[in-house]
Amino acid sequence: MVPRDPIISVSHLAKRYGRTVAVDDVSLEVLEGEIFGLIGPNGAGKTTTMECVQGHRVPDQGTISVLGLDPRRDAGALRQRIGVQHQEAQLQKRIKVWEAVDLWGSLYSRVADADALLARLGLDGKRNAWFMTLSGGQKQRLFIALALIHEPDVVFLDELTTGLDPQARRAIWGLVTGIRDRGTTVFLTTHLMEEAERLCDRVAIIEHGRLIEVGTPDALVRKHCPQRAVVFTSDDADLAGRLQRLGAIERGEGREATHTIRGEGDDFVTEVIHHIAREGLRVRDFRTVVPTLEDVFLKLTGHGIRD
Amino acid sequence: MTRPRFLRGFWKLSWVETKIFVREPMGFMGALVVPLVVFIVLGRVVGAAGPRAAPRLDMPFNPAIVAAVIIALGSVQSLVAIMAIYREGGILKRLRATPLSPVTILGAHVVVKLAFTVCSLGLLVLAGKRLFPGVMQVNVFSFTMAVLLGTLGILSLGFVIASLVPTARFAQPIGAVVLYPMLVVSGLFFPLRQLPTALRAVAYLLPTTHAVALLQGVWNGSGWGAHWVNAAALLALFLAYCALATRVFRWE
Repeated sequence: MVPRDPIISVSHLAKRYGRTVAVDDVSLEVLEGEIFGLIGPNGAGKTTTMECVQGHRVPDQGTISVLGLDPRRDAGALRQRIGVQHQEAQLQKRIKVWEAVDLWGSLYSRVADADALLARLGLDGKRNAWFMTLSGGQKQRLFIALALIHEPDVVFLDELTTGLDPQARRAIWGLVTGIRDRGTTVFLTTHLMEEAERLCDRVAIIEHGRLIEVGTPDALVRKHCPQRAVVFTSDDADLAGRLQRLGAIERGEGREATHTIRGEGDDFVTEVIHHIAREGLRVRDFRTVVPTLEDVFLKLTGHGIRD
Repeated sequence: MTRPRFLRGFWKLSWVETKIFVREPMGFMGALVVPLVVFIVLGRVVGAAGPRAAPRLDMPFNPAIVAAVIIALGSVQSLVAIMAIYREGGILKRLRATPLSPVTILGAHVVVKLAFTVCSLGLLVLAGKRLFPGVMQVNVFSFTMAVLLGTLGILSLGFVIASLVPTARFAQPIGAVVLYPMLVVSGLFFPLRQLPTALRAVAYLLPTTHAVALLQGVWNGSGWGAHWVNAAALLALFLAYCALATRVFRWE
């Protein structure tokens, strides 16, 4: 893979509100063409970091460069080139979808084809609907349209799917991937680990204003949670004896005879399959349990994301 | 051709806000119907001296000027409420992420408010000519300009309030607490010279006072020449309050 250039560079960013430290010495880089996710619980400093990068907040310390521009000094030039979706920000209740897109489009020098954009986001049937009549998912899709109307180089999405039902959330994920595939860099925040894992090329875990880890979701899982578990159902007697070379076998409770074997490393699952086959065991069900970003978060912070 | 930054999106935003305002029945009715009703009822009451007698539009207070001031204050209250709702709902925050400047956003709302002020005043003049013939002798153009200038002056004080009100829940009461007492000391109901000196000094710093003086002057026929001080004071207060508002304006 060709090494890509950082489109956003943040170094030693710090921001406090009164005596509360919101962001504490955060440094990170977002690369061109990737979906970068800032993940952490509510109040971890995600939004503050993002708003400093957008130039909407003045950092106490640190330097920020976005597309080679200084977010504060070059605010006007930067606004033409970034798209922003704010968490929990609304629109006028009675503004129509097409009016909002038209108004936003009139503010920029470069403008996308509004009809095509609305169609791509599945809003072409809602052109004349008032904002207040849209569903949660439709509102978020309209906000995405407004963030994309000027074909920005980077788009910021803050907690885009919070409060949406799973179906609407999945639809949004597809759209965000589409934004990246069209060449726009995406910088998002989320407190949903599943979302980060599905969507992000790289994630940064932030807690209490400090950056704990950065990397691809796979790499973080492999590094911090290499454990694998194989869970299978088998009625064979003496199973524990025949597979004892694999280590301890946990017998599940309940009617079905489920068994769990735990191990580490990339070869572990292959090894289990190999043994089962060699012993000629009859297995009715077989699945592997792979740790997720949620487990990584739990391990790194000592608590779950929703605690 | 390069457009000034202020004008980017200005007319489009003004037009969109006009449509949004019209779509809200209560606000729309409040802006157009309430002042009209006040004018007609006051006109009837004050002028109820005889069956065909001309209403005494000069004493003890002038219903047309009361209605005009109510139109202006209504605009200000509406502006304060809209700004509070926009801030609370994050609409201002969303607009801030665009190249729109706060001056453009406030300016667009002012244009919308002034447009509705003219509409409302038009209705008032039509009603006046029909219901109180022979009394509405005022130069309509001159009176309209005076109302617009007065509204602008009062609106600028509205900017300061709008920039400061924390939530939409506070917008209505703060508007009422600040705006209506201004009316009491404005010279609308009794002459300024009856006020204590200190209060009179405060009154001269309030746009309502000058707006009322200018309207009374235009109505009585003494005209702009005799009241240029009030017109100038309205302009000066407008500039001063706007400068203050841009300093204290908060997006969220």
